[in-house]
Amino acid sequence: MSDHKTMTLTLIVWRQKSATDPGKFETYTAKNITSHHSFLEMLDCVNEDLINADKEPIVFDHDCREGICGMCSQVINGKPHGGQERTTVCQLHMRKFKDGDTIYIEPWRARAFPIVKDLIVDRAALDTIIQAGGYTSCHTGGVPDGNAVMIPKPIAEEATDAAECIGCGACVAGCPNGAAMLFTGAKVSQLALLPQGRPEAAARVLKMTAAASECGFGNCSNHYECGAVCPKGVDVKFIARMNREFIKAQFA
Amino acid sequence: MILDGKCPTGPIEKSWDKHRFDLKLVNPSNKRKYNIIMVGTGLAGAAAAASLGELGYNVQAFCYQDSPRRAHSIAAQGGINAAKNYPSDGDSIMRLMYDTVKGGDFRAREADVWRLSQVSNNIIDQCVAQGVPFARDYAGYLDNRSFGGAQVSRTFYSRGLTGQQLLLGAYSALSRQIKAGTVQMYNRREMLDLVVVDGVARGITVRNLITGELESYAADAVCLATGGYVNVFYLSTNAKGCSVTANWAAAKKGAFFANPCYTQIHPTCIPQAGEYQSKLTLMSESLRNDGRIWVPKKKEDVGKLPSQIPDADRDYYLERKYPSFGNLAPRDISSRSAKEACDAGLGVGPGGRGVYLDFEDSIKRLSEDTIRERYGNLFEMYEKITDENGYKRPMRIYPAPHYAMGGLWVDYNLMSNVPGLFVLGEANFSVHGANRLGASALMQGLSDGYFVIPYTIGGYLVTVKPGEVKVDNTEFKKSVEDVKGKTNKLLNINGKKTVTEFHRELGKITWNDVGMARSKESLTDAIKKIPALRDEFWQNVKVTGSGADLNQQLENAGRVADFLEFGELLARDALHREESCGGHFRVEHQLADGEAKRNDADFSYVGAWEFKGNDKEPELHKEPLKFETIHLAVRSYK
Repeated sequence: MSDHKTMTLTLIVWRQKSATDPGKFETYTAKNITSHHSFLEMLDCVNEDLINADKEPIVFDHDCREGICGMCSQVINGKPHGGQERTTVCQLHMRKFKDGDTIYIEPWRARAFPIVKDLIVDRAALDTIIQAGGYTSCHTGGVPDGNAVMIPKPIAEEATDAAECIGCGACVAGCPNGAAMLFTGAKVSQLALLPQGRPEAAARVLKMTAAASECGFGNCSNHYECGAVCPKGVDVKFIARMNREFIKAQFA
Repeated sequence: MILDGKCPTGPIEKSWDKHRFDLKLVNPSNKRKYNIIMVGTGLAGAAAAASLGELGYNVQAFCYQDSPRRAHSIAAQGGINAAKNYPSDGDSIMRLMYDTVKGGDFRAREADVWRLSQVSNNIIDQCVAQGVPFARDYAGYLDNRSFGGAQVSRTFYSRGLTGQQLLLGAYSALSRQIKAGTVQMYNRREMLDLVVVDGVARGITVRNLITGELESYAADAVCLATGGYVNVFYLSTNAKGCSVTANWAAAKKGAFFANPCYTQIHPTCIPQAGEYQSKLTLMSESLRNDGRIWVPKKKEDVGKLPSQIPDADRDYYLERKYPSFGNLAPRDISSRSAKEACDAGLGVGPGGRGVYLDFEDSIKRLSEDTIRERYGNLFEMYEKITDENGYKRPMRIYPAPHYAMGGLWVDYNLMSNVPGLFVLGEANFSVHGANRLGASALMQGLSDGYFVIPYTIGGYLVTVKPGEVKVDNTEFKKSVEDVKGKTNKLLNINGKKTVTEFHRELGKITWNDVGMARSKESLTDAIKKIPALRDEFWQNVKVTGSGADLNQQLENAGRVADFLEFGELLARDALHREESCGGHFRVEHQLADGEAKRNDADFSYVGAWEFKGNDKEPELHKEPLKFETIHLAVRSYK
């Protein structure tokens, strides 16, 4: 749509050369932005201007740009992914902003996510949690027919709700304790709900929660910021389910 | 050179079982002596790395993202095919094979497609065992839906998130092997060169994207599961990081590139909104189960609100032209029909580049809630991008580059013509012919990864002595020096145009000249323009920053530089193929009703190109295609 109206915005962006650099905010102007630009396309435009002015562009993680890979990770005006319900940064559009707005852009900030450069953080700790037990230990081949075990539709649906997690880490960035409880709870719940995941459920929840603690993630104190900022709307009830699984595992 | 695909002979129904039996095995205690490199961790790469690790091989896996869970397989929405025949609607392995060979316009290898169809059922079982939450019916059984090019319901799905769920299943299997120590995972590494020693693939050179360091890795076999190349069109449904770089590096080291002109333009994507646009977003083909595609019959109606155009003044052109498949006609046909309608001035929305995908009838028949349950996340995505409500007014869609059927040439064992180099998933050319049917990409990725390569790679490994070549070999040093030279060159040009500007310009050439409708003139034009743009790139590109650091401009510059070489090959392949088939449509070759006109007498072969240098024409090698089970016929969906 050819919108004639364009916006000019002031961006206050976190710049940090490396993990050991102290980092600081820098101010930039985004010009000729239309309401149809995505937030990342707005940053692309700013970067093109920076390159043309012989300055280093802002680096940020992104890849699919359709809200599913979980790569993009920015805190916008204090909110992970910018505060629009069920939306990743890459799907946030500039129609949510007004001409003349000032926008603060920061990386995820959490003890377990060291900053790599500018807006990019290291989220390897999330992989570590999955490696601790976020799977069923089935072999390739040698498994029964897919219809051999029936799964009630409501259970399959609830497991899918949990499985929608894209592993972006917004829940951690939003949590005052830097906890990965929603991330971990979603995977624990998905597999605990399904019959295929039951045999290892007790061991899984113990290993995954232990890995999360070792990685430096905090614990849950029921703020529920994680659920509010989750771009996939993963429900905080999955933290409760993980806690139930955790208690059950003590007696297993 | 006439290429031999080394396909098994004899009855097709026994071909894969017989071949598996004939393959030599690696003794379990010997497996750990072999190192295998896996580049890319999407469906094919993650499934293969996990399965090979579990078998006991030492696997080193690489991805450019920060985690293997981010690979672009994750964005596949609609589903995965299998010949389970759970609905008892007439499906079978043979029918899936038939649909796939016909859907690919008779340009795929029969034996490969049979194998794919046969193992499709194992894939569903495997994913269920991993805890992939497929859709279930109220009795608790697996549910199916329909996809294009098939008259049976054989598509398994998980909401509009099937790719995500399957990838996370493969990622979890991979994570288990990483924990077990059989797979060493290297994130944020981009493969920039293939190392070939005495004609055999022995390793890779990668850039550590965090530190900028160039690293060498040696192995007894190298597998590329590095995806497709349609970002050569700049705007596509691929992720921003998807590139031809790894595959092109292999091609420059002697691997043949097969059928590069077979590119899929997906019919249902959200139209481009402006020049600044960085990518296009797909709306799953599954929407065509319940959505009806139409344009106004009269040009004067195109500016009207869709609700003001009565049914009699709408042209449901797919239902009209292809009554037996209707809105589920294959992708190539649906895309071309949309282009024809828009070229005739009947397109809607900005620039007249859009057609309607309308759910009004389905909502009346089934209720809005049912449609929301089936496709809720897709409607949500549509609204975020366009600010329009798809339940209330029809979606506007337009075709966009989506998938590459072409890729590196491989034999039946998925090995390229370079011994020791295997190619999996979208990166190879093997099963989709000239057009891929919906819900078949996930099937192929997982088939190659879980059920093909774990067998076929053994047949190669028994012929080599493990650990023969190490990274201290001079070829590794030379490779690092070559990559370093190219990097320094890019950083030192300091020209006037950014990398994105060049990529966008290349995209304009490829989309206009090598897109949905190609002609001798347009292709000749592209073959002139692309090298000229490439020359300008190497004189005038501006890449800021250094090579000893995280530098996204430099990463992108390398990828665009490769697209500027590869794009020319794509155009040359399209020019040489004097026929229309599947996604390759030459305007000179069409039937009276505008359908693709194949030329089986002259072009029933795989065209595999050997790179000879940028200043020389590539050399064409042919692998003749034989159709013994499914007889060559004019493809009709009427």
